[in-house]
This record gives sequence, C-alpha cells and structure tokens, in this order.
Amino acid sequence: MDLNRTSLTALAQGLRSREFSSVELTRTYLERMAAHSSLGCFITVDPERSLLQAKAADARLARGESTPLMGIPVAHKDIFCASGWLTTCGSRMLSNFVAPYDAHVIQRFNEAGAVILGKTNMDEFAMGSSNETSFYGPVRNPWSTDRVPGGSSGGSAAAVAARLAPLATASDTGGSIRQPAALCGITGLKPTYGRVSRYGMIAYASSLDQGGVMAPSAADIALGLTVMAGFDARDATSVACPEEDFTAQLARPLEGLRIGLPRQYFGEGTSVAVTKRIEEALEVYESLGARRVVVDLPHSDLSVPVYYVLAPAEASSNLSRYDGVRYGWRASQYGDLGEMIARSRAEGFGAEVKRRILTGTYVLSKGYYDAYYLQAQRVRRLIQQDFLAAFEQCDVLMGPTTPTTAFAFGAKGGDPVEMYLSDIFTIGVNLAGLPGMSIPVGFDEVGLPVGLQIIGPHLSETRLLGVAHRYQQATDWHERVPALVQGGERG
Amino acid sequence: MADSLDENTLTVLARLSGLELNALERASLPDQFDSILTLIDRLQEVDTRAIEPLAQAFDHCMRLREDEVTSQNQRDLFQSLAPELVDGLYLVPNVME
Repeated sequence: MDLNRTSLTALAQGLRSREFSSVELTRTYLERMAAHSSLGCFITVDPERSLLQAKAADARLARGESTPLMGIPVAHKDIFCASGWLTTCGSRMLSNFVAPYDAHVIQRFNEAGAVILGKTNMDEFAMGSSNETSFYGPVRNPWSTDRVPGGSSGGSAAAVAARLAPLATASDTGGSIRQPAALCGITGLKPTYGRVSRYGMIAYASSLDQGGVMAPSAADIALGLTVMAGFDARDATSVACPEEDFTAQLARPLEGLRIGLPRQYFGEGTSVAVTKRIEEALEVYESLGARRVVVDLPHSDLSVPVYYVLAPAEASSNLSRYDGVRYGWRASQYGDLGEMIARSRAEGFGAEVKRRILTGTYVLSKGYYDAYYLQAQRVRRLIQQDFLAAFEQCDVLMGPTTPTTAFAFGAKGGDPVEMYLSDIFTIGVNLAGLPGMSIPVGFDEVGLPVGLQIIGPHLSETRLLGVAHRYQQATDWHERVPALVQGGERG
Repeated sequence: MADSLDENTLTVLARLSGLELNALERASLPDQFDSILTLIDRLQEVDTRAIEPLAQAFDHCMRLREDEVTSQNQRDLFQSLAPELVDGLYLVPNVME
C-alpha cells in the first residue's frame, strides 16, 4: 500500500476486507515513524503497547465489528492523558507523569477500536506557535527541515504531513491546530468550543482550549471528528447536542454559498504569495458556485491583546497545580516548603510558560484586574458580536490562516510579541468559540505550503467540512507530500 | 497605562506566581514585559462602558449534576505518581518547627 496516497476510508476498507491487518498497518506506520524520527514529531512511542492494541482491533474486526476507525492507527497530541502512557504536555514538569486515566478523547478513540501510534511533540503546555518551546526539542517542518512546523500542535501536524500517521489529534487555544496545519500543508479543524470534551486534556486556558483533529483531507477529518466529538458530563462546558455524523454533508453542492471576506484579513502584513494563493482558492470556490461578500470584523486587530490578557490569566491559575507535591517534577535541593515549590516550578517550566504565568499573575493582581482582565473580557464580547453580525451576511468566512508561510528556527526568538502576532488571524475564532479550519491551497515561491482558513457559525462543523471537501475534490493540494517522504512508502 | 516592571514588582510577581527567578531571567524579563504591556495596553483604546464581560464563549450557566458517586477511590494509583511518599502520605519539608 502507498501510505503517501491512502485515505482513511481506503485504509478502513483494506482492514475490513482483510487486505491487511491492523497489526501490519500499525507496524508499517511505526517503521515509517522510526525512519523519520529526526523530524522530532513524537515524544513517546511504545510499539509493544501499540501492537497489542492493534491485535485487539484485529480480533474485533474478525468478529465482524466494523466502526469506521476500527484498527486505524492514530497519533495523539501529548496534551491528552492516555492511561499507561507518559503524558508530558511538552514539559519537563510532567517528564515523569504516566497518566492514570484516559482523556474523553482517548477513551472515544479506544472504544472505536483505533490504535494509539504514539504521543506527539508540542509547545510546552501548548504555549507557542513554532514548537520551539517543547522541552523535548523542536519539530522540523517536513517541507523544509530548517523551518518550524508551527505550534503548538507541531508534532501532530508534521506527522500527518510526512504521512507518519493517517490522523492525529490536536488542540487549539489560539490557533494551535489551524496555524501548524497551514504551515505543514495539511487539513486541520478546531471545533466549536464545547464540541469535544476537555476532560483529560491538560488545561492551558480553559475558556479557549478545544480539542480537534488533523489529517490530509476534510473527508478524513469528518471520520475522526465523528468519533471524538460528543457530550461529556465530566466537562462542565461540554455542549449538550445530539451526536452528529460529520460526513453527512461532504457531497453537498456549493451553489449559492456566500463566502464572507473580512476586510481586516486582507490588508498589509500578509505576504504576496499567501495573498495570491488565497485569491486563487477563492476563484476555485466561485467556479464551484459560491459568491463573495465583503464583511467587517472591526475589532479583530484587538484579538491578540485580548488573548494575551485572558490566556495568561487562565494559565496562571491552571498551572498553579504544579507544585511538586502530588505529581510532576520536584527539585532535588531545597530548604522550606515555599522554596521547594518555587524551585520545582522554576526547574520544571520553560521560559515561555514562566512568562505567561507572570503575565497572568500581573493582569489579575490588585489595581490591574479591572483595567486588563475585565476590559479584555468586554472586548472579547465585542469580537464575538462582530463575528455574529458577519454571519448574518454570509455562510462562512474565509481568509489566510497565517500572514506568512513557515518561518526559520529562531526567527521570532527575540521579542515574544513578534511570535504572538503570527496567530493574528486565528485567535478571534477561539475568543468567539467558533469552529475553524485550515486547508492547503498551494505553495509559496520556495515550496512552502499556504493555508486557507474557513470559519463557520457555532456548531456548523458538518457544513464547514463539506465546504472544505468540495474544494479538495476540485484540487489536489491536500494530496501533495513533502519530497523527503516521497518514495518512502512500504507494503 | 502600566508602569515598566521594576525590580520590586518583579519580586512580588515571582512570589505570587510561586516561581524562583535566576539572574538571567531577572535581567531579560523587564524588556519582554514592556513589549507585552505595550501590546495589551491597546485594550484601553476601546470604550466598553456599556458592554458586559464575556468569560466563556457561551453565556449559559455551568451545569450541576446529581450528588452521587460516579467513580471509586483510586488513592494507590494516584499516589504512585508522587515524588515522595511515606505510609500513604505526601512528604514535604516541615511547615512548622
């Protein structure tokens, strides 16, 4: 089988028809992962455990059980607790943390018969846009190994791009699915806030964190999301809506689709190549029957400042649980209890995490709470209202996912704000709780992928996936694979 | 609107954050903080007097559940992750002499 060109549906068909077993398929992916370990996509790989799960899936297949993902290997972002698996969240703080339970997402994939291929690398505690903040080293972009893959789900994105996994879970607090999907030339979906349970997904900024999925195509994502989404009473913000088959509208025609183009997403600061590829993608959509409507998101330039008040504030609270007492890193030398905690945290956390904890503590402190924290929450409402008003004029919004293609390692290392601004087009979607996707729409002049962002109203994932799928039927950008894995297929 | 981060403020912030900072961090954080404060100070441009704060994407209240047992005690499993444990108790330095 040619793993560079195999869809999830084809893999599932192959398993059902006994063309190959889950053990064979899992082994093939594990070998491929080992051959490309220099990309740094995975923090933990445990072939024995994976193959045991594959064997169990084969037994279920033999009994005639055939859920769509039965026996399919899936890579999981190391933010999801998986029972018995080292779960580090990219941090030294959790370098010894073997999860004692399954996240809801992991539980759902396990029940569906999917196989855990390994835990993917990520920015520490999901704080970063380049995967450079991981304690376990950087992930390399398979399209150009001297470039970043984006972040924070850089390991998942690079693994899917290099076809080391047919599907990967990820999470998105300010763009952590869509930005790396764009930079790695794959498809990524951040669902509506509350669509996927946060139970067992290590918390960063709880009012924004949302689990999602990455794959080469929208059709594959629809299968993955159907497994992972659903109400969970253990997550107080889980949305109680009926289970959905997200593949249901893949074939829906686009005639009459109104594409909203936010004026603020098409200005200065976006590279010429990105602007061109987005325009070409919009022309494809027009040829499929859609039409353009220009809309306004007047407060969108404030989304980055709002995010960098709210997310650090929530992080400073969420990460206070790491004290070196019950689990996690503990310093080896200390005097009193206070010193033990402060030193364990100083050693366990990296620079970006410390910066955000300090920022969060600052904006929540006496004298600044109203001016920063409450003001940011008020502007957050204005940003959400802008989106809701825009959706009265259009069905979906489109624009670039990122202002530029993948940047070089260290390119944004000096001033933290420069890195923060690389999420300028993605953050608003999290603040408003909307679903958003990134799909590959071509390459820049040096062969780096460009992503188109598609944003929909709350709970419109089924429609969004259809909009993405129709484009992917008319183009083949999502089928392109990086040169370094071409010819590497086995089987 | 915020002042630059002086040595005292940084010391207070570090204490509130439960973080020990080394000399290098103490030297580099003020500049990085200035840059972040310049970014977030832009929020003061907006008149939000009539706007209610939005804490969650959806305004509805958090659900309550029935007060019933849904999972069993797994003390041994959870304590197996502890850095230091004696007789089922988490070991930390003396709090009182």
